[in-house]
Amino acid sequence: MSDQCEETLGVGLLCEGQHDPGTPPAGLRRAPSGVDGLSTEHLIINMGPQHPSTHGVLRMIIEVDGEEVIASEVSVGYLHRGIEKLAEHRRYDAVGTLMDRGDYVSGIMGELAFALAAEQLMEVDVPRKAHWLRSLTSELNRLASHLVWYGTFGLDTGAMGQFLYAMREREALCDILEAITGQRMMFNYVRPGGVVADLPVGVEEKIRAFLATFPTYLGEYDQLLGGNEIFQARVKGIGVIDRDMALAFGLTGANLRAAGVDFDVRKARPYAAYPELDFEVPLGTVGDAWDRYTVRMGEMAQSARMIGQLIDGMPEGDHIAKVSKIIRPAAGEVYASVESSRGETGVHLVSDGTEHPYRMHYRGPSLYAVQALEELLPGHLLGDVVMLIGSTDVMLGEIDR
Amino acid sequence: MSALGISALKVLAALGLMLGNGVVMIYMLRKVLGHLHIRLGPMHVGWKGTLQTVMDVLKLLTKEDITPRAVDRWLFRIAPAVVFIPSLMAYAALPFSDTWRVTNLDSGLLYTFTALSLVPLGILMAGWASSNKWSLLGGMRAAAQQIAYEVPLLLSVLPIVMLVGSMNLGVIVEAQRGTVLAVIPRWFIMNPLFWPTFVLYSISALVETNQTPFDMSEAESELVGGFATEYSAMKFGLLFLSEFSNQFIVAALTVTLFFGGWTLPWVPEAVSNTFGPLTFMLKTYLVIAVMMWIRGTFPRVRIDQLMQLGWQRLIPISLAWIVISGVVIKVWS
Repeated sequence: MSDQCEETLGVGLLCEGQHDPGTPPAGLRRAPSGVDGLSTEHLIINMGPQHPSTHGVLRMIIEVDGEEVIASEVSVGYLHRGIEKLAEHRRYDAVGTLMDRGDYVSGIMGELAFALAAEQLMEVDVPRKAHWLRSLTSELNRLASHLVWYGTFGLDTGAMGQFLYAMREREALCDILEAITGQRMMFNYVRPGGVVADLPVGVEEKIRAFLATFPTYLGEYDQLLGGNEIFQARVKGIGVIDRDMALAFGLTGANLRAAGVDFDVRKARPYAAYPELDFEVPLGTVGDAWDRYTVRMGEMAQSARMIGQLIDGMPEGDHIAKVSKIIRPAAGEVYASVESSRGETGVHLVSDGTEHPYRMHYRGPSLYAVQALEELLPGHLLGDVVMLIGSTDVMLGEIDR
Repeated sequence: MSALGISALKVLAALGLMLGNGVVMIYMLRKVLGHLHIRLGPMHVGWKGTLQTVMDVLKLLTKEDITPRAVDRWLFRIAPAVVFIPSLMAYAALPFSDTWRVTNLDSGLLYTFTALSLVPLGILMAGWASSNKWSLLGGMRAAAQQIAYEVPLLLSVLPIVMLVGSMNLGVIVEAQRGTVLAVIPRWFIMNPLFWPTFVLYSISALVETNQTPFDMSEAESELVGGFATEYSAMKFGLLFLSEFSNQFIVAALTVTLFFGGWTLPWVPEAVSNTFGPLTFMLKTYLVIAVMMWIRGTFPRVRIDQLMQLGWQRLIPISLAWIVISGVVIKVWS
């Protein structure tokens, strides 16, 4: 096997496939199973970046023996836009638009992570109302994001029925978010110092109307997919990420909590209005795809509960602190993180005292999940591959950045 | 007109039915799935989008027929025909009424199943010839699925053959004419003896026609386009059309075996015979609607679960049920 090939392509398996398919290296690889004089070969399949079920542009190179996956390699970077580098050339109040485009299904959380980091450097007091608005939009956005996951996870299993139902609820959420922030997905709402606008007139009724129906619908959706015997047979027991593996890979979010580890940034390092809110963190036990499903469904119910509390207890006051037009934080280095829809989204920010960040690092939880996939896939069938991608809910926008 | 001429006309009629059916069923699928998914489906071309499928067929006909360089040219070209022709053949024995049928075969049931069982051969050919790994996997799945479910499909309907004493589809329908106690139709679906038969048959038939939840050979979320990935233009059109045609045949068989075929209960025989073809088509489309309902709601099973279900459950159960129903029929008569 040529190291040079691996260096140029960055993809080991493909190089092996091209040069030396006969001698499987030690490790996960198993000798081809030949039957009396019939020699069989492993098939190396390139899955993605244009495959319909890789949730964007994930590319996986999978070695299969018949239908069984023997080895897999994840190749990322097809959606690289240089967000981290671009951030170095923007002013602090303009980085939010980039963060939206990281995890583009839950943009508020990315904005919030950056704003929290910037605020630590700026040493600014964020008004209480801004905290509450941040939590409110975060939870609305989390619901929207989880609904997209719910719909597409069903599509991965081959069920079409529930997808547009989830989209219907998401549509209502997008409308609400549009009313609050002016945008449906790329919000640029959370800024260092607070949020850009107060709640507009009439949006409270919209949210209440949404909350009046959502719990019923959520129960129905759970029945529609989770109550289906075929779905259960396909999801239960596959893709077990146990506690040790989850911790070793640095997984966060529902992928970690499904293994029974009680870690939620909203509880562990509370930010925004979360210390004042009453909510539970759903936990799984085994860490299989079914646990990840139930944890996410549980999170949706909790989010809806929190939105109710946030609407009821919304304080009065300013929505943004007095921040100078050109932000020049003190020189220093901070890390801030939030619980996004997919796990701990963090921002490591280095400032040199000028109006541009010196360095911004974006921690996207999906990058860690996608690394775990590589170890997770061998032993599963080809049909399970798409299910496992779906169950870990990876978002290519924040993997490639 | 000569006998040959009449036969040729009948074959043309079957072909016309198959093509017309394809267009109607694709429109129906779009509408049924649309309304299941709280959307409208096609609405713009023609009244309520009725001309959409016609336009799509015209589009398929005018598209460039691409043959990728690496394919096995001969197999690649004839595979759509190998899929299409058996599907057309299967129409021969279907009784649309006591007089409307292409031929009156005594082994009609066996013949139809045989014709259907040739289809996966073409799918395997298409998958192999495409020299695409996804197509190959789709073709292999089709073959494995076919071998596993051909057996229970045929075994499952044997109790009906035992009771009727004939494999002639017309005779099977005649046996279901009339009512029990002047209320309940004498359809075999009303007979508790055939309830397990119906369940076994439905599952096997869904597998045989590649319908959700058993659409393994083209599983779009797993295998991209399955065996049809490399096909374009009307070659793809033929593959696509045969799939709908097979679905129609299986639905028609369901109606014939379980729902009284062209007959209507509660009406005089003459009336029932006059409206035979209409009744038959209506019943068939109702069965198809149920199949589309399943397609719109269910997730797909995994290939190993499918194989286990076939070999470990359906085959033993159908064998056992043949024995049980055999004893019951013997004791009853």
